[in-house]
Amino acid sequence: MSGSVIIFWAFAGLAIGSAVFCITRRSPVASALWLVVTLFSLAALFVVLDAQFIAVLQVLVYAGAIMVLFLFVIMLLNLGRQAATDIKGPLGLAVGVALAGVLGFQLGVLRVAGPPAAILLPPDAMARAAAEQGMVGSVARPLFDAYLVPFEITSVLLLAAIVGAVVLAKRRL
Amino acid sequence: MLLGPALLVSAVLFALGVAGVLLRRNAIVIFMCVELMLNAVNLTFVALAQRLGVAGQVFVFFVMAVAAAEAAVGLAIILAIYRHRQTLNLQNINLLKG
Repeated sequence: MSGSVIIFWAFAGLAIGSAVFCITRRSPVASALWLVVTLFSLAALFVVLDAQFIAVLQVLVYAGAIMVLFLFVIMLLNLGRQAATDIKGPLGLAVGVALAGVLGFQLGVLRVAGPPAAILLPPDAMARAAAEQGMVGSVARPLFDAYLVPFEITSVLLLAAIVGAVVLAKRRL
Repeated sequence: MLLGPALLVSAVLFALGVAGVLLRRNAIVIFMCVELMLNAVNLTFVALAQRLGVAGQVFVFFVMAVAAAEAAVGLAIILAIYRHRQTLNLQNINLLKG
């Protein structure tokens, strides 16, 4: 086993383990902090999968901005100490675990199907593109070329989200 | 190659997110589980981008933008609900249940 495979499985185990803790901890603060661990390990997986720029964005945007927003709201609402657990009873638990297990099995089968070999790029294609155009350049070039219109529409989406959040959160306009 | 293992890990993470949505009653924890599902999909995109071209990574970029917008609006809605009802337990938020 090469080094990157060992690192991949180590962080994959960390991500799955902390995701389990995230959905089973009673306190929302503990859930949020375990989710941060999951997001960080996913960033490490992105590095192993030759997506260094996306990994940096993952840490900055997800583990940084979005999770701070979550923790802010949790602490603003003073949800730190929950008296009773909010996990459903035995019947709901059984049904939920069964449904999620079936879904996980169905999605897991995809790993043996995969895309057809004829359209696959060589395994080092992404690393070579990053070496030629730079890590950011290899992502930025298609973003501002083929995907320019979706990129601009994203700015409208973010503006709408800002206005919507202000309107919703303000007591009186 | 790591394509198969990465797809397996993202399937497990997505299923865990679904399990969280189905098992919890706290609105904010359910919201975090939705973020977990989005991240599982991001992992799929990145894993496939390694062999199918960089467009997958561009899509992760858009998913992150949508997730940020969704988090801002969703948390504002949660704040408004809490101010109204003094609870985040979804069993008590049944206005549309009839």
